[in-house]
Amino acid sequence: MTHPTKPAFAKRPLTRRALAGGVLLSIALAGIGQDAAAQIKTADNPEANPVWKKVRASLFQSRPIAPASEEVLSLVVPVRAEDAAIVPIAIRSRMTQTPQRYIDKVWLIIDNNPSPISAVFHFSPLSGRADIETRVRVDEYTHIRAIAETNDGKLQMATAFVKASGGCSAPPAKDAEAALKTLGRMKLSLQGPADGDKPQLAQLMISHPNNSGLALDQVTRLYTPAHFVRQVNITYAGQPVMSADVDFSISENPNFRFYFTPRGDGELKAEVVDSRDLQFESTLKYRRPE
Amino acid sequence: MAGTGSAMPTQGWARGLWLAMLLCAANTVAQSADAVKPLAVADVKPGVFVHTGALEDWGPANGGDVGNLGFVVGSRCVAVIDTGGTPAVGQALKAAIERATPLPVCYVINTHAHPDHVLGNVAFVDTHKPAPRFVASARFAQALTAREPYWLNSLKRDFGIELPRASVVYPGISVDKSLDLDLGDRVLTLQGWPTAHTDNDLTVYDRRTRTLFASDLLFVRHLPALDGNLRGWIAVMADLRRLPVDTVVPGHGPVSNDWPGVMDAQAKYLGALLGDTRDALRKHLTIQQAVDSIGIAPGTSWLLTDRFHKRNVTAAYAELEWEDPDPAEAPKAAKP
Repeated sequence: MTHPTKPAFAKRPLTRRALAGGVLLSIALAGIGQDAAAQIKTADNPEANPVWKKVRASLFQSRPIAPASEEVLSLVVPVRAEDAAIVPIAIRSRMTQTPQRYIDKVWLIIDNNPSPISAVFHFSPLSGRADIETRVRVDEYTHIRAIAETNDGKLQMATAFVKASGGCSAPPAKDAEAALKTLGRMKLSLQGPADGDKPQLAQLMISHPNNSGLALDQVTRLYTPAHFVRQVNITYAGQPVMSADVDFSISENPNFRFYFTPRGDGELKAEVVDSRDLQFESTLKYRRPE
Repeated sequence: MAGTGSAMPTQGWARGLWLAMLLCAANTVAQSADAVKPLAVADVKPGVFVHTGALEDWGPANGGDVGNLGFVVGSRCVAVIDTGGTPAVGQALKAAIERATPLPVCYVINTHAHPDHVLGNVAFVDTHKPAPRFVASARFAQALTAREPYWLNSLKRDFGIELPRASVVYPGISVDKSLDLDLGDRVLTLQGWPTAHTDNDLTVYDRRTRTLFASDLLFVRHLPALDGNLRGWIAVMADLRRLPVDTVVPGHGPVSNDWPGVMDAQAKYLGALLGDTRDALRKHLTIQQAVDSIGIAPGTSWLLTDRFHKRNVTAAYAELEWEDPDPAEAPKAAKP
């Protein structure tokens, strides 16, 4: 089911700019981020964070951002992360995606991570719900934000505070050799019983060290080169369901739980590109229940 | 052999040592006693001293004094086993050693790269002649490098202690599989283990008294904390059971002479964690649902469950979700 693919599949231009912008921004922000990180102890005043001010100016300029309504967007994170390298987060939306009204994009920002713009998710009316679960690395006590753009161009933001530190430079794999052997292996599965044409939950697991480039190799005295999943593209019966531009803020062995709307039998397909342009794909036949 | 009881200050050998110390090293003792209050230590076996840390999480409330620390005295020199969670704890341990023996420290052994066992290292740098050699697992330095900036930040943020990066001491001797250290008429056997509590666990065994410093491969009363590999840890415990041990010093919790029975509670907890997490995966629970639903068996008396149990489930889930389901291996949930 899963195999690395040689030919390029990128039929539409990947939104590399979003990611490149994030990486560049993170370099510009590195100094600020560290100062800010050392100071933050509590969730006070999320608007005041200098990193967020820069990210906001870069991504949204002076556009208004409303607090999220529960129906459109909420963010579920543990108050104290149990393991900074694996912090489960859920971007919840109760709104059913329709051609008339849908969430187009969701940005995931982790203020005090080395690269704050951690993911940009793109949805469509076929997404069912713009609802995503994944796991992230958290480098320092930080605010996490999810900002949704609906198809009318309006922005809403949900914010949460997480206490965790050390996630980004934790050694990526207990056994680096074993991790390399399984790199690119994927598991794509349905979660829960199929229910007609209602939005169906699915899960994509990707075996990948998602190296941040921030962990020092003690033997070589070099930083383990960054090597991470940067693009995930999910289609159903050839139509876009969800795509994501992501970086090393996503935990080792990236995991995404998402919805799609089945229309009869079809093929669910996941295509993944990493930062070395290695490409992997996995497919799953979906059979409409009798 | 007199091998029972965890503190026997009146044993002849130890009393002799105390006298020797008082007579020969009065100056040293006076100097360091002025500056630093020595850590409380118990001589659990002749020449084997243990400081039992608080059964709490590493934090400012306990001054970072949570891991068990120890030292073993040979005829030539002393080996230190873990140094505490802040430089001050290390200083207090050093004062306790100087009170117990005039002999120099020749080795400082770190059993794994966690802050409560390592950050006192700096207290032992350049204070003895010859300077002690620092010893740890071959995988210790890699783990320490990755984590050190975050510990230093924690020290600053939570403890109000500014410790420069240069004060974090790396080992000069790496142990791949095993290594013997001679302290003079006394040999310590150090052994590295496959990934278990962490990926750089190292145990220290004193052959003369059959005392095992088990590192954090063994927790007693303090809930075990998983930062390595659950299946690996369970396998390592099975190997540990075969060692000829009279007295065991766990990484956290009281010293015990009940070997290998003292490991049973931990084996039970880790076994349940494995079974329950596999069950959650079979039921397609998410990592968060698994964390929220997997509890601890009733009737156990673990401390620090709030701090560590959910974290353990998180780590177990991330490890086991890639396991290929094997029907032969998968235990069926017991039906009432």
